Amino acid sequence: MYAQMVTSEAADDSPEARAFQARIDAGEKIEPKDWMPEAYRRTLIRQIGQHAHSEIVGQLPEGNWITRAPTLERKAILLAKVQDEAGHGLYLYCAAETLGVSRDDLTEDLLSGRMKYSSIFNYPTLTWADMGAVGWLVDGAAIMNQVPLQRTSYGPYARAMVRICKEESFHQRQGYDIMLKMCRGTPAQKRMAQDAMNRFWYPALMMFGPSDKDSVHSAQSMAWRIKINTNDELRQKFVDETVPQAEFLGLAIPDTDLRWNEERGHYDFSEPDWTEFYDVIKGNGPCNVERMTARRKAWDDGAWVREGLLAHARKKAGKVAAE
Amino acid sequence: MDALHEFCLRMGDNTLVLGHRVSEWCGHSPVLEEDIALANTALDLIGQTQMWLGLAAEIEGQGRTADDLAFLRDAWDFRNLLLVELPNGDFGQTMMRQFLFDTWHHAMLTALAGSSDDRVVAIAAKAVKEASYHLERSAGTVIGLGDGTAESHARMQAALDLLYPYYGEMFAADATDTALAAAGIAPLPESLRASCDVRLRQVTEEATLTLPASSFAHSGGKTGARHTENLGHILTQMQWLQRAYPGATW
Amino acid sequence: MTTQSRKPEWPLWEVFIRGQHGLNHRHVGSLHAPDAEAAIRHARDVYTRRNEGVSIWVVEARHIAASSPSDKGPLFEPSESKVYRHPTFYDIPDEAGPM
Repeated sequence: MYAQMVTSEAADDSPEARAFQARIDAGEKIEPKDWMPEAYRRTLIRQIGQHAHSEIVGQLPEGNWITRAPTLERKAILLAKVQDEAGHGLYLYCAAETLGVSRDDLTEDLLSGRMKYSSIFNYPTLTWADMGAVGWLVDGAAIMNQVPLQRTSYGPYARAMVRICKEESFHQRQGYDIMLKMCRGTPAQKRMAQDAMNRFWYPALMMFGPSDKDSVHSAQSMAWRIKINTNDELRQKFVDETVPQAEFLGLAIPDTDLRWNEERGHYDFSEPDWTEFYDVIKGNGPCNVERMTARRKAWDDGAWVREGLLAHARKKAGKVAAE
Repeated sequence: MDALHEFCLRMGDNTLVLGHRVSEWCGHSPVLEEDIALANTALDLIGQTQMWLGLAAEIEGQGRTADDLAFLRDAWDFRNLLLVELPNGDFGQTMMRQFLFDTWHHAMLTALAGSSDDRVVAIAAKAVKEASYHLERSAGTVIGLGDGTAESHARMQAALDLLYPYYGEMFAADATDTALAAAGIAPLPESLRASCDVRLRQVTEEATLTLPASSFAHSGGKTGARHTENLGHILTQMQWLQRAYPGATW
Repeated sequence: MTTQSRKPEWPLWEVFIRGQHGLNHRHVGSLHAPDAEAAIRHARDVYTRRNEGVSIWVVEARHIAASSPSDKGPLFEPSESKVYRHPTFYDIPDEAGPM
């Protein structure tokens, strides 16, 4: 997911921690000034921060095609979508800031590699059909996780997710709409669409992270309601919803073992190559270097702008105070 | 009418090319809030392009669409100002270019409210609200950065020095402009100059910047006679898919 | 997690927006901006992209005074027993007509 493999810390067993857990169990929202276990706070910063970083780095693969969009309308739609991602990053950084960390701190942690972002954004976008595949598959996978997170225990995070989900609703549809046009188009367009499917299917499945049904971290996060479903549940749900959509497009899913399992009431499917996943996480994905270079450049090149505008604001405030 | 057709191309090509340039920032801006704001500006400009080039295509009457005009003309048929095709440079250069353009654009769109052509009035009425916000934002940013730190001041002065020679083209008239003015469709470009100069002086003064002494002005963009080398590269990117897969629907 | 920023950050602003229907301004989120004018512009660009508003308030977050969660009991529970403030407390016969 956008927050993959977030390590959660164990809760202590103090009376405060027990009372805190009781509030969460009763469905109460935790607000910034409420008492919270330090482990809850730190885990949330990691999770929300990683989610925010993913939105920001996630601008790059799609931003790669804004200047090459094939029509004025497609250009506007794509730009509006990538702009939404910047907005979503912004909402999430603000949610993290209520936990006592600054956006600049989080940014520095991303740029230094101390914090991660989703593996999916380290894959290249090579043709226009990738704009369809990213919207349909990548946003489709993200939505699986984001919709339940609207009910997460931390108030500012839940409210950010509500806003994000509301805005996201067009993202997957615009992606599918691109795929539809490609699949109903010329043979070259159809070929592009299938190629995008072939390249994005397994990376999309990896977004949910490796199986965590036996993970202690995951159990703690679920007790705190900052994780609502297991990775496997969400992955299965994604496959079950996506297969008929692919069939409608006439696209083949690159998995010869994919078939409906009547008994389970779900599709059986092949696991992605987890070695590749760990390689990408470690920095060896096809685009890790480019993505981080782009983010670092934006941050470094922008320093004089941030400082300049702040200096002007202070001068102005000084003048007003002196009057 | 040929002059009106030409006018729509000029307006639409300006917003098309500038919208393209501004959209290049998406994901690379100095701060998230600016990234979102720049995308809004680009989206407004793309929307205006659809209206102006849509009207140009309608007047042309050959069954072409705004997309055909945007994606299937070559550089010599483009009628945008040289200013808008110049590279983004740093954020200061981008905002200075935006401010110079917005100053003229806002004045032009305001004047077009009195156009004798209802279609022009309708497009201008929508676009002027967007341009008014663009101008507020770009002027505010030019002032903030000009009167910011020593570094931001130096960068903004360099941007102004670089771009000022492209300011004059906006106010130069040719036979098309004269015909448009005679028909009451659009104002004579030089009639906008005085108010634009006032704003330019106000803003640069508040930004503690110095206007270059030379009033030399490059030309050749809006007539299409001689664009900069930049335009060809913009089109190479922008038109790639339409050129590589002719006739496909996207 | 780093806790010290190297450079001063733009201040945090809280954004309040009045929706289309003449309602109160409502808190919608936060953003960073160097000053109030920029904060309003950013609020417009960030929080009204889908026609969400007709009016914007921004206030620097550090100027907001907030009640403390530990005072929740003394602050809010006393009003729970004042049921007579609610119209449903009063049993008016139907014969009296609409009231």
